[in-house]
Amino acid sequence: MLKIDNLNVSYGAIDAVKGISLTVNDGEIVSLIGANGAGKTTTLHTITGLVPAKSGSITFDGHDLLNTPSNKIVTLGMAHIPEGRHVFTRMSVQENLEMGAYSLKDQSGLQKDLDRVFGLFPRLKERRHQLAGTLSGGEQQMLAMGRALMSHPTMILMDEPSMGLSPLMVKEIFSIITRLHDQGITVLLVEQNAKMALSIADRAYVLETGRITMQGDADDLLHDEKVRKAYLGA
Amino acid sequence: MDSQIILFISQIFNGLKIGSVYSLVALGYTMVYGIIRLINFAHGDFIMVGSYALMLIIPLMIAMGLPAWTAIIPAILLCVAVGIIVEKAAYKPVREKGNSMTALITAIAMSLLLENGAQAVFGADYQTVPTIFHLPSLSLGTLNISGDTVLTIVLGIVIMVGLQLFVKYTKHGKAMRAVSEDKEASVLMGINVNSTITLTFAIGAGLAAVAALMYCAAYPQVSPMMGAMLGLKAFVAAVLGGIGSIPGAMIGGISIGIIESLSKAYIDTLTGGIITSAFSDAIVFAILIIVLLVKPTGIMGKNVGEKV
Repeated sequence: MLKIDNLNVSYGAIDAVKGISLTVNDGEIVSLIGANGAGKTTTLHTITGLVPAKSGSITFDGHDLLNTPSNKIVTLGMAHIPEGRHVFTRMSVQENLEMGAYSLKDQSGLQKDLDRVFGLFPRLKERRHQLAGTLSGGEQQMLAMGRALMSHPTMILMDEPSMGLSPLMVKEIFSIITRLHDQGITVLLVEQNAKMALSIADRAYVLETGRITMQGDADDLLHDEKVRKAYLGA
Repeated sequence: MDSQIILFISQIFNGLKIGSVYSLVALGYTMVYGIIRLINFAHGDFIMVGSYALMLIIPLMIAMGLPAWTAIIPAILLCVAVGIIVEKAAYKPVREKGNSMTALITAIAMSLLLENGAQAVFGADYQTVPTIFHLPSLSLGTLNISGDTVLTIVLGIVIMVGLQLFVKYTKHGKAMRAVSEDKEASVLMGINVNSTITLTFAIGAGLAAVAALMYCAAYPQVSPMMGAMLGLKAFVAAVLGGIGSIPGAMIGGISIGIIESLSKAYIDTLTGGIITSAFSDAIVFAILIIVLLVKPTGIMGKNVGEKV
C-alpha cells in the first residue's frame, strides 16, 4: 500500500533521513520506533509532502507522492495526524471535525461521519461546541484522530499519539487505534513509547540517526534483547 | 432640539462615516496579518489605486449612460488584480525565502512603488473625482445627515456583517481561519494554502476599493499620497481593535472615526484653546498608545497561550 524506497531527506547540511526503505501492506499496523531525532517525524512529514525529499521514492496505492502537491495527498485516502495534534484551537470541536472533511467533494455525508466520530469519541460529542483550545491533551488527541477520520482515509499516519498523555489516556488512545485497524484502516505509527507501539503493531522498523537498523515482526522485536535494552528499559 | 445636541449627533454621524471607511481598510490589514503575519504597508495605497480608478472610470460610465457608482465594479476588479500581483510577485517569493523582516521591508517598498508609480503617471497634484452619488439628505427636524453619510454607514455595516458570515460559515472562510491558525494542519486537511492567501489579499484589496468609493464620495479628490495617512490610521484601527481580529478591525475603525470627529469638534473648547483641532491625529495616536499600555493585544485581541 505504502512503499518508501531509498529515501533521503536533509535540512540544509544535516541529513535527517539516510536512505530508508519501508513498506506498509494493506490492513497492517506498522510501527516506526526510535529515539528523539532518529528521523521518525521527518519520514512522516516527507510522506505527506510537508518536507521535500532529496532523493528516493514514495508511492501510495500506485501514486507517486513526491510529485503530488501536499494538500492533494489527503484526497488519495491518506490522513496524517501530526505530532502535537495541531488541532485548530480557535475553532470549536465540531468545526475542527468539519475541517477534516474539507477535502471531500461530496459533503452530504457530513452528519453521518460526525455521528461515527462521536460514536468513537463520546467525549467529543459532549464538547462539540467548545473551542478546541480548551480541551485536555487527551481530548485534543481524540479530536485530531476524529478529524483525520472525517476525510475517509484508508491509511492514517500517526505521530506520537501518546505524547504527554496520562497512562490511562495512552491506553484509551491505543485501544482506539486498534479499533480503527479493525475497521480496515492501515496505520503507520511513530512512537517513542516503543512498548505500546510494538504491542499493537504487526510489524515494526527501528530507526537510528536516519537509518533503519532493525525490522521485523513486532512480537519478535518486543522480545529482542537489543530492542529491550535500548527502547523498552528492560 | 438644542443646537449643541444637534452638533454632537451630527459629529457622531461624521465619525461613523469616516470610521466605516477606516474599518473597511483595517479589515484588509487585519486579515492579511492574521493569515501570514505580515503588516501589508502597501494596503493603504490600494485605496489610492481604487480612487484613481474611480476618477478615470466614472466619466466612462456616465458616457455609457450608467450611474457613476457602477464604476466601483471595475475599480474593485483593478484593486483585486493589484492586490494579487503584489502578493504573488513581491510577498510570496520573500515569504518562501526570507524572514519576516525582509517581508516587512518588501511591504514598505511596495507602498513606495505604488505611491511613486502613481505620481509618475498622474503627477503629484490633487485631482477631483466626479460626484459619485446624488442622494437626498436625511432630515430629522433640524438634524441634517447627508445621504452619502447614511449610505457609507449602511454599506459599511452590510459588508462587515457579510464578511463575518463568510469567514464563519463558508468553506473558503473556514479555510482562511484554518490557515491563519495552523498552516501545516491546513495542508493536511487538503487546503491549498497559497490560494487561500491569495484569496485573502483579493478580499482585502476589494474592500479597499469599496473604501475608496466611500472616501471619494465624501472627499472627492485624489492624490498619490492619499493612501498613506488613511492607511496609517486604518492600521492604528486594526491594532487598536486587536490585529488579526475581524470584529476588532470594525470596532477599532469606528472608534478611531468617532474619536477623530469628536476631537476635531470639541478639543479646542474643552482645553480652552491649548490643544487645537489640528491635533486630532495626534489624539488618535495618543489613544492608541494608552489602549496598548492597558491591553497590549488590543480591544478584541486574544492572548492565547500556546499548548505544547
